[in-house]
Amino acid sequence: MEMMSGAAMVVRTLKDLGIKHVFGYPGGAVLDIYDALYAQEDVQHILVRHEQGAAHMADGYARSTGLTGTVLVTSGPGATNTLTGIATAYMDSIPMVVLSGQVPSMHIGEDAFQETDMVGCSRPIVKHSFLVKRAEDIPLAIAKAYYIANTGRPGPVVVDLPKDIVNVLEEHPYHFPEDVTMRSYNPTLKGHIKQIKKAAQTLLAAKRPILYVGGGAIACEASALVTQIAEKLNAPVTSTLMGLGAFSSVHPQFVGMLGMHGTLEANKGMHNADCILALGARFDDRVTNNVAKFCPHATIIHVDIDPASISKTIAAHIPVVGSVDKVAQQLLEQFGSIDNGDQQAKMADWWQQIGQWRERKCLDYKADPEVIKPQEVIESVYKHTKGDAYVSSDVGQHQMFAALYYPFAKPRRWINSGGLGTMGFGLPAAMGVQMAHPEATSVVITGDGSIQMNIQELSTCLQYKLPIKIISLNNRALGMVRQWQDMNYKSRYSSSYMDSMPDFVKLAEAYGHIGIQVNHPDELDEAMARCFAEKERLVFMDIMIDQNEHVYPMQIKFGAMDDLRLSKTERT
Amino acid sequence: MKRIISVLMENAPGALSRIVGVFSQRGYNVDSLCVAATDDKSLSRLTITTVADDKVIEQITKQVNKLIDVLKVTDLTNGSHVERELMLIKVATRSDLIRAEVNRNVEIFRAQIVDVDVNNYTIQVTGTSDKLDAFAYTLGQTTEIIEASRTGICGLARGDKALRP
Repeated sequence: MEMMSGAAMVVRTLKDLGIKHVFGYPGGAVLDIYDALYAQEDVQHILVRHEQGAAHMADGYARSTGLTGTVLVTSGPGATNTLTGIATAYMDSIPMVVLSGQVPSMHIGEDAFQETDMVGCSRPIVKHSFLVKRAEDIPLAIAKAYYIANTGRPGPVVVDLPKDIVNVLEEHPYHFPEDVTMRSYNPTLKGHIKQIKKAAQTLLAAKRPILYVGGGAIACEASALVTQIAEKLNAPVTSTLMGLGAFSSVHPQFVGMLGMHGTLEANKGMHNADCILALGARFDDRVTNNVAKFCPHATIIHVDIDPASISKTIAAHIPVVGSVDKVAQQLLEQFGSIDNGDQQAKMADWWQQIGQWRERKCLDYKADPEVIKPQEVIESVYKHTKGDAYVSSDVGQHQMFAALYYPFAKPRRWINSGGLGTMGFGLPAAMGVQMAHPEATSVVITGDGSIQMNIQELSTCLQYKLPIKIISLNNRALGMVRQWQDMNYKSRYSSSYMDSMPDFVKLAEAYGHIGIQVNHPDELDEAMARCFAEKERLVFMDIMIDQNEHVYPMQIKFGAMDDLRLSKTERT
Repeated sequence: MKRIISVLMENAPGALSRIVGVFSQRGYNVDSLCVAATDDKSLSRLTITTVADDKVIEQITKQVNKLIDVLKVTDLTNGSHVERELMLIKVATRSDLIRAEVNRNVEIFRAQIVDVDVNNYTIQVTGTSDKLDAFAYTLGQTTEIIEASRTGICGLARGDKALRP
């Protein structure tokens, strides 16, 4: 058996697990591991500028590939700086492993320098965590961490490594674990056949069915199967913010995103449906609006790999525990051979009704000859990327504009912090995407508020030559906060504007990148063309947009799903 | 309604704190908690009593079950079960009259005196929580209760039903 230090075991286990990229930042407790990284080339380390950035990069890497993202940080502040990133991944069920250094075992509990109870701090926001106590246990703990992170409902796992067990001076036998299964952890993948039959019968009998697709459909690569179900039933499909791309947004059966800023046709479709097939979605408050008024006519079939997600907020009539891909396959088998012509005829009235809602064209906006509208910026990005970019987003109005105005034809192209709503997520996430897909176009849609929350990573972009395209919708304000203040606080803009904005063009240049400011609608197309023509370099587009634009549609508080504001003056 | 949740989990460091964490993170009550290793030392058995309605109990059970260290979770109050609690209670016994009365109560409640001092008795009593409440109340009528410590409820389902890995 090979002998090696605990530090070498960490790196070797990563290599044996096929891990290619680690996002991290060195420090006292992990110097031994960094020394072991130095001695090899199988695992590439990406040096970030702030540990939060490392976690978001690993997250973007994971979202765009389906692989598990890896983070390596030191103890204390290194570890606590990742917490927002871990919580972001936890809320959106993203597979991630965070290797954190810890003070030597004999000093744990003594308030040693850079000591933090990382397992304790992260406990509510991880799927699981390990505090490794013996060097010999390192391979098994790390292998289990990856297994847990990327099976069942995915999520982040922390592995805390005290400094003494990774000591480069002590050698131990290395043994790569053959088996990582645990008696206490067996996710249910296939749906119960009785439930599947009931679900299939209900769907076939429905007159106004709708598919409500969430991030779970992306996590288990179920796009093709979901599409088959939709086409077989000839039913409309709506998607959560997290599910965008699981079912193609350019498919004729797609009615748009649902929820707080969902389309009229999606929210009306849900409210009037007689059967809702929820696939890997969790009926969260940004979807349901007032739960007491939620979809009164619908029989709800809820498919989710996590039993705790089922009937948590909305009671399911037909709960199905299982992964979306396996359950979709089972449903298709049950459908047998439905005569598609029949289903066409059966759905005619429903599609006619949906057509009427679509005619309202709820996403139309009024362009202004003098002021750039945020919607037209997103449309321009779509045009110049031919709809084929990886689009990462920060959090705020720009996020909703991107979700609504950039149709995603494929899964894993839309990268955003849906559950936690983490400002500062976009840039590092796009960097993780670019590391995973060096040839692809990696775009960040951000705003003047969000971009400043992790702007230090522009330095990392230079170091690794990441030609990211940053599209910053600059409205000189925290747009979404301002929108709520307009609607609910008589336009009293308490702390929602910034009156000492940096010169973003100079800032980009200071970091060694290209900065372009766009002030007028007439300049937009040409500037965008210049931006995307730069294949080798990062371009920061500082686009001055209308400060007074609101995101619509928007659900009205305490109302049903389809109680919507359609503009500043119109409502349903 | 009072519920007794029984959990079988790995006897691993941090497992208990994860369970307690689920209760505090999600705003569930814990009335009592009783935990120890089982006959199989790699496993722990934990009994939690809580007051909650059906919907909350369903969520508690699911959220606890979701923890990686947890093997099985059951709501004992769903079926017939036995539940017991143990209390050690120290009472002042400063006169013969009080000593006699305390002794009578110990007999009636089938408790045991486990420690004797010049001025006090320490008594052990087991039974349902109601019985323990009644015993403490009765002693309180007779004399001064110096201190008491209760284990919280532990329970098992009746008959063949069992939580095994």
